[in-house]
Amino acid sequence: MTTPLIEFRDVTKCFGNRTVLEGVNLKIYEGEITTIIGLSGAGKSVLLKHIIGLLKPDRGTIFFRGKPIAHMQKQEIKEFFSKMSYMFQGNALFDSLTVYENIALPLVETTNLKKDKIHRRVMARVKQTELTEAIHKYPSELSGGMQKRAALARALVTDPQIVLFDEPTTGQDPVRKNAILSMIAQYQKKFGFTAIMVSHEIPDVYFISNRVLALYDRKIVFQGTPEELEEFDHPFNDEVISSLESLQKELTGLYSRRQFKILNSAHLKRKRSAEPYAIVVFTLVDMNFIIANLGSDLAYDALQRMCTYIDKHFGVIGGLSARFSTSEIVTMLPHSDLEEAQNILDDFIKDFEGEGIESFWNWIKANKWETIAEPVTFTIVAGVAEGTPVTKIENAIDLAKANQKEIWSAKVCRQGVNV
Amino acid sequence: MTASNGCSTGEKEEKQSLNMLILKAFSAVGRAVINWVDTLGSATVFLFFALWKTFRRRQLSKVINQIYYIGARSTGIIMLISLFTGMVLGLQSYHALTTFGAEGAVGTLVALSLIREMGPVLSAIMITARAGSAIAAEIGIQRISEQIDALHTMRIDPLRHIVSPRVAAAIISFPLLTTVFDLVGMVGGYISSVLLLGLNHGVYINSIQASVDLKDITDGLIKSVVFAVIVVTVCCYQGYFAHMRKDSHGAKAVGMATTSAVVISCVLILVSDYVVTSLLI
Repeated sequence: MTTPLIEFRDVTKCFGNRTVLEGVNLKIYEGEITTIIGLSGAGKSVLLKHIIGLLKPDRGTIFFRGKPIAHMQKQEIKEFFSKMSYMFQGNALFDSLTVYENIALPLVETTNLKKDKIHRRVMARVKQTELTEAIHKYPSELSGGMQKRAALARALVTDPQIVLFDEPTTGQDPVRKNAILSMIAQYQKKFGFTAIMVSHEIPDVYFISNRVLALYDRKIVFQGTPEELEEFDHPFNDEVISSLESLQKELTGLYSRRQFKILNSAHLKRKRSAEPYAIVVFTLVDMNFIIANLGSDLAYDALQRMCTYIDKHFGVIGGLSARFSTSEIVTMLPHSDLEEAQNILDDFIKDFEGEGIESFWNWIKANKWETIAEPVTFTIVAGVAEGTPVTKIENAIDLAKANQKEIWSAKVCRQGVNV
Repeated sequence: MTASNGCSTGEKEEKQSLNMLILKAFSAVGRAVINWVDTLGSATVFLFFALWKTFRRRQLSKVINQIYYIGARSTGIIMLISLFTGMVLGLQSYHALTTFGAEGAVGTLVALSLIREMGPVLSAIMITARAGSAIAAEIGIQRISEQIDALHTMRIDPLRHIVSPRVAAAIISFPLLTTVFDLVGMVGGYISSVLLLGLNHGVYINSIQASVDLKDITDGLIKSVVFAVIVVTVCCYQGYFAHMRKDSHGAKAVGMATTSAVVISCVLILVSDYVVTSLLI
């Protein structure tokens, strides 16, 4: 069995008479994105600060690769912490330094790199976090979102092996929230670091997380995959997930996977066993390429427009739509069979080619495309399949994915757009 | 029986409450003393580590930056204050000494007062008001906005990065500013006594030359170094531990830390002035 990178055993932390963590047990594995979820004030940040060494447990032990941190030599501890980076909830940027100086600070102070090398590394992060125009500004001159990105750039500039994110998306608009989460996922894949994140963004964090830890009533009550959490029968799901989820229709206007499943089973209960329903799966193809070339903002803006359009069209005829992954939308048509669903999809395509294209044109005109390195193609594929109340909905979704065909494509380049 | 019992019980209670009162008073004094010794000890360790970490790599530019902030930017206000202090000294001493026909000693009085006492003390108080308060507030804000925690997470020693350059800069700046204070103060004395009241130019200059020894100057500079250490330690310490204050939290804690820094520094400047003077004489 794999040894966890970080493990908590019976960790308890009190502040005066208030116990924040009580007998916490958790495991964090190397190379994964682990998200800690819980209500505000549940002690998520306190938990994170134990990992980075800003706080020490009153009772219990923290292990790093199976070795108790308390028994480590000074040099080992130094090495352990040197692999980590922390992004604070309140950003903790130095207000007397410019954005550039803030990002460069860990390199200037802790490495022997030459000035030009530091400059190159800082500028690479600045570009990736879309802060080029703000490098000479002070944190107080930036918007909340830009400050967040500056903090993210500073956390990643040292190429750490473990990065702790304390609510990295707080105070961001829905597009930017998804952009930051996808940036974390992208970097995690690219650099292979272990990400430990505290977040409220349910269900958006599920799309990027390998494991989820649920902090409830001073304890970790769940450790597992996001899919396993959906099946988890505990008051945590009713009290915490539901309350956080209700806020999460911001980006796409669609239901979460969990809400979708609940609504779906409620619909199916009312049906006779042989009565069919239809599933349509839409995908915006090669989302990562679009993000890499257009930037996260524009990519998620495009996704948001697509979701809004799908929900508008299918919602009026009783369709339930949910975002199942970063760029995948599943729509259930509870009262339609396969043929009817295919006709509805054809109508949607016609509608999209008329009204949808016009809105896409307006969007194209409203944005600047001079910075595109290479042409970007927006391709939407869709597939229809039929399901019955006695079969699993996942089977129908898989079948619909297998039936996906291109329904629309547009190429954006510096000169304009080809549809 | 009941009456005598009642009486003895009342007496006992009275005795007990008196004992409790004495006990409480002693324990309050004890707590205060323990607290004071504890703070003094941790401030000494704080200063020791800050001084020790001054001589590390990448410190020079930070020290120069702080010299500019604590020293160079305080020069204007120090010159202004010292000019009027010198003028008042010249004015008062001229009128007082003329009564005894000893106006020739005006230069001596002005120069020795400034070099031995007023220069180091007043410049230290002025720097405390201008730079010390800002140091406490700046470090306090860095503490409550988690900037110091951020340094820890980046493996940058906050003592080395924030406190050491300020300690070094204060130790360098205080004697320099005291020297400026002394010189401008003597010019002030010259303006009031010679230019405005008509004292002989040569008498003023000669009396200064004849009365000021090198020891007077070194004693004054020693004092200014002592004050620098006190002021910068108190101000940095108050800001650095603003989050641990029991009387307030957040922005209020920073405000209280700043106030405490200025008050404690000023009191300690005057107390230590007496102690150092008695040791040097």
